[in-house]
Amino acid sequence: MIRVVLPQHLRTLARVEGEVRLDVPEPVTTAAILDALEARYPMLCGTIRDHVSRQRRPLVRFFACAEDVSHDPPDTPLPSPVVSGAEPFYIVGAIAGG
Amino acid sequence: MTAIRVLVGTRKGAFILTSDGKREQWTVAGPHFAGWEVYHMKGSPADPDRIYASQSSSWFGQVIQRSRDGGRTWEQPASMDDPVPADDGSGMPRGESNKFVYDTSAETGRPLTTHMWYDGTQHPWEFARVWHLEPSPHDPDLVYAGVEDAALFRSTDGGRSWHELAGLRGHESGPSWQPGAGGMCLHTILIDRDKPERMFTAISAAGAFRTEDGGRSWRPVNKGLVSNFIPDPTAEVGHCVHRIAMHPSRPNVLFMQKHWDVMRSDDGGDSWTEVSGDLPSDFGFPIDVHAHEPDTVYVVPIKSDSEHYPPEGRLRVYRSRTGGGDWEPLTKGLPQQDCYVNVLRDAMAVDTLDPCGIYFGTTGGQVYVSADSGDHWIPIVRDLPAVLSVEVQTLP
Repeated sequence: MIRVVLPQHLRTLARVEGEVRLDVPEPVTTAAILDALEARYPMLCGTIRDHVSRQRRPLVRFFACAEDVSHDPPDTPLPSPVVSGAEPFYIVGAIAGG
Repeated sequence: MTAIRVLVGTRKGAFILTSDGKREQWTVAGPHFAGWEVYHMKGSPADPDRIYASQSSSWFGQVIQRSRDGGRTWEQPASMDDPVPADDGSGMPRGESNKFVYDTSAETGRPLTTHMWYDGTQHPWEFARVWHLEPSPHDPDLVYAGVEDAALFRSTDGGRSWHELAGLRGHESGPSWQPGAGGMCLHTILIDRDKPERMFTAISAAGAFRTEDGGRSWRPVNKGLVSNFIPDPTAEVGHCVHRIAMHPSRPNVLFMQKHWDVMRSDDGGDSWTEVSGDLPSDFGFPIDVHAHEPDTVYVVPIKSDSEHYPPEGRLRVYRSRTGGGDWEPLTKGLPQQDCYVNVLRDAMAVDTLDPCGIYFGTTGGQVYVSADSGDHWIPIVRDLPAVLSVEVQTLP
């Protein structure tokens, strides 16, 4: 079971509290996590990545095991602690703006 | 019993203000969508409990919200509360109520045309947000969206999916459209109540456009506008139109607040004449028409070009009872010293009671109401986030 931490605004949209737990088929990648997340919470479609290009929105970041994986190709396998559920996958809104 | 519902979009969420027909005691509900920019909310004239809202942020983009109970609860169309499978046969939920995709070229994958960028080069159309939602007068599931970069979208399924009416952006003048300071936004959509295939839109800084065929084809309607800041001051497009207003009983008479100049057209936009008259400033953003007096018009003069607050620090609504030209200041109840707020283009509305109520919101977070057509004003609330839009529903 993959653990995903969403930023506050997306937790509100998805009507969830705390972490989200998802079944994600292997290989577990950023793209696979986002596919599973959007299938379960369709209101998040377009809020993390573009509907058409599938590109990450500019002020959204992805972290795994304290590493910024935002610029990795989205089909890159994620570290085993994320795959095992020992560590969550973080989706973060940039600290910017007012 | 008659009731009034005021829909307020702000920089940090949406608020719904309600009162009875006296419009003296108010209840404030919200914030809805706390922390998000809500550029606009509007109810369906055909079903007042159906309300659409544009929620957006720089981080997470555009979200469309819909209420079916007058704003008490909200849902994203085609999402968990309204599951609709996608058309691709995957069985996945559609989740496309926020999918605004311009018509593209099959060859390049880019929008069919480009527009003028600040440096004079051509720039592809890029979706930023929905500025204005205009539900059909007759069908609660039909709603139009004016967006930045300027284009018009339509949903025929209650906001579940959106499709561009690309004839507007595809007009031959499209490559010469330029963004204004607030972006290149389509901010005004007026629908002729009795002939709904006839519509007007306004774009900053391109101008006003009219369709007679439901949005398939458009023509610029800017003759008579003069904008000294463009190389050809009488060009067909390039005018920074801030707002257009129409009385529903008289769809050929239009009033316009332009970047500078208040204008009037008596022929559906084919020609315009200036009616700024004795206003202390002919710059401003909103303009609206009295519900029962089609020649009674309201504006809020603002000092420009760079200050964008009321002249002399005095917040004054100006009313013309003659369709423009002669204007009277309305000040009772409004701050007449040290007031440096702005009133944005979508932040004024009228109810349909008698006497007509006038409403506007400020960037300082105040929402004012006049229950006597502008003679006296009271603040409904004083300390909301900066107000982006105000709409009013008169409920039976």
